[in-house]
Amino acid sequence: MEYFLTEEQKMIKELAARIADERIKPVAAELDEKEEFPWEIMKVLAEADLCGVYIPQEYGGLGGGVFEQVLVVEELSRACSGVAVSYAATGLGAFPILMFGTEEQKKRYLPDIAAGKRLAAFALTEANAGSDAGAIETTAVRDGDYYILNGTKQWITNGGEAEIYPVIAMTDRSKGPRGATAFIVEKGTPGFSFGKKEKKMGIRASATRELIFTDCRIPKENVLGREGMGFIVAMKTLDRTRPGIGAQAIGIAQGALDVAVKYARERHQFGVPISSFQAIQHMLADMATQLEAARALVYATARMIDAGVKEFSKEAAMAKLFASDMAMKVTIDAVQILGGYGYMRDYPVEKMMRDAKITQIYEGTNQIQRNVIALELIKEYAGRK
Amino acid sequence: MKIAVCIKQVPATTEVKINPATNTLIREGIPNEVNPFDLYAIEEALRIKERLGSGTVVALSMGPPQAADALREAIAMGVDEAVLLSDRAFAGADTLATAYTLAKAIEKIGEVSLVLCGKQAVDGDTAQVGPEIAENLGWPHVTYIRKINEIGPSEIVVERMTDDGYERLAVSLPALFTVVKEINVPRLPGIKGQLRAKKAEIPVWTAADLEVDPGRIGLTGSPTQVRKIFYPQHETTAEMIEGSPAEQAAALLEKLRGLGVA
Ligand SMILES: Cc1cc2nc3c(=O)[nH]c(=O)nc-3n(C[C@H](O)[C@H](O)[C@H](O)COP(=O)(O)OP(=O)(O)OC[C@H]3O[C@@H](n4cnc5c(N)ncnc54)[C@H](O)[C@@H]3O)c2cc1C
Repeated sequence: MEYFLTEEQKMIKELAARIADERIKPVAAELDEKEEFPWEIMKVLAEADLCGVYIPQEYGGLGGGVFEQVLVVEELSRACSGVAVSYAATGLGAFPILMFGTEEQKKRYLPDIAAGKRLAAFALTEANAGSDAGAIETTAVRDGDYYILNGTKQWITNGGEAEIYPVIAMTDRSKGPRGATAFIVEKGTPGFSFGKKEKKMGIRASATRELIFTDCRIPKENVLGREGMGFIVAMKTLDRTRPGIGAQAIGIAQGALDVAVKYARERHQFGVPISSFQAIQHMLADMATQLEAARALVYATARMIDAGVKEFSKEAAMAKLFASDMAMKVTIDAVQILGGYGYMRDYPVEKMMRDAKITQIYEGTNQIQRNVIALELIKEYAGRK
Repeated sequence: MKIAVCIKQVPATTEVKINPATNTLIREGIPNEVNPFDLYAIEEALRIKERLGSGTVVALSMGPPQAADALREAIAMGVDEAVLLSDRAFAGADTLATAYTLAKAIEKIGEVSLVLCGKQAVDGDTAQVGPEIAENLGWPHVTYIRKINEIGPSEIVVERMTDDGYERLAVSLPALFTVVKEINVPRLPGIKGQLRAKKAEIPVWTAADLEVDPGRIGLTGSPTQVRKIFYPQHETTAEMIEGSPAEQAAALLEKLRGLGVA
């Protein structure tokens, strides 16, 4: 499909593809096996100027938007979505600053993020607050010019590796959803430490850790937006980053399709390549069709966001939902096409299948995406006469 | 420190095809790229500049007008300036004429204290141009550099790869080195670099600009005559020896004796 990228978008996509093929593919299995954070590749992405594709030029970025980030995430995910999410999670940490930060905060954090000097992360989830974000128990109590944070965030991507953490904490429980506030917390702040690194099914190159706050004093200048806006910051951020999860999903699926088609042409059974069996052909045809449909939806959503449309929760949720369900299905089918070989770690598709699963879970499970979509639909129809 | 890097545009293929009638490389229809070994030279020049915290890196290439693309890639990687040496009079140059022309350009650039080249070009595979440039300039040169240990104002300590290890050499500046791929991992051209490269103006120097001796450039200045280019044929045959291990060993020994090997 021709998506009519601009010259600069093509440049970004090609460079990301080159990094994926030359630098990530050769080490993807090893990173997965060792559960090693891909610092070397992060450095390559930084040198390639890809860390700031979505950051305005005045803060050292390339001045693109969600779409440019989608292009990079998709290409990297083709080779290893563990690497891709480490890259993308910095975006998840940067978007709240981009959207809600003061000029001062933007100047302080965005140039380093754009240059790839510092990674970021975003911390909302807790042990008792997953889909139900309103149940978070981390508190921030005002003390003069400071807030004192106490609590534990769970499963934070880039936890421990990143330096800049937008964190959502309750400042006034009595106000319910208006009682949360977003803070920028820097690694190294006294009272801020990291818990255990999780052992995961997939995206094992990425780091997932607990963030532990014990009487952690944060200056009031580090409040993002205003006190009470914490959940708005979180929801607006996720709306903007969900197409990125969609991009991860289409990248993984593309990687799996590439392997499956190649394998089907080479593997002979009953004296002919298995690609000559209609059962295999139809599977490949469905995989490719679903993949392209997902890509079209993700791209269209990203472009719509970048064009400045105000409301896009529904479309962002659709892009994430559709692409991640597609990736799960496509990777399962890719394993099927490779048969027993597909089940072995000697081939990359079993990893892709493990990696695909997370895209249906994080940044809101697909059940939650359906809730969002349905709610928006019902609102829309209620507004019609 | 001013560092010059000599780069060559080569056909982007591992299988170079030769026209048997003319004994020249077939270039039609094959995309071009920067000679892969030269990327290590560019990278090392950039690293030296970064290590010293200052300096200028100039890339130069002799070739047809489209060789400017190779220089653009060098700019995208981060070199400060690029110069293309292009003139019909340069065409048909062998390594001697090429090295002479490049040396004249290095003199024209001026104040260059270090020249880096790849160990060889993958199309011609001669590995001669680097050392010949140094001879033209009257500078010392060291080939097959795998590491630059120390950089002083008037001296550089390098490691030269040999068949069975390496030599550590202190070389007075100005000097020329050719580098091997063990020296570094070349960076990829970043987006900002690519955008800069797209807009960059690359000056073209002709024979007149370089004030060269017309008898020493291009085809006229090239004593090398290619009579024939061919791939050496290595013919190997295999013979299977049958029988018990003892019989096989005896038969093998007899064969080897017959060949005068044992
Ligand atoms: C590898 C990894 C990385 C992560 N990275 C981050 C990060 O960087 N930052 C961060 O803040 N969080 C992160 N998360 C957390 C992630 O966003 C949550 O796991 C996710 O939101 C789901 O929450 P939960 O796991 O607690 O599931 P639960 O909310 O307990 O859900 C369990 C099941 O119930 C369903 N369910 C729950 N509520 C409803 C409902 N109302 N209607 C229908 N079904 C429902 C869910 O869909 C799911 O199937 C990460 C998680 C993982 C696994």
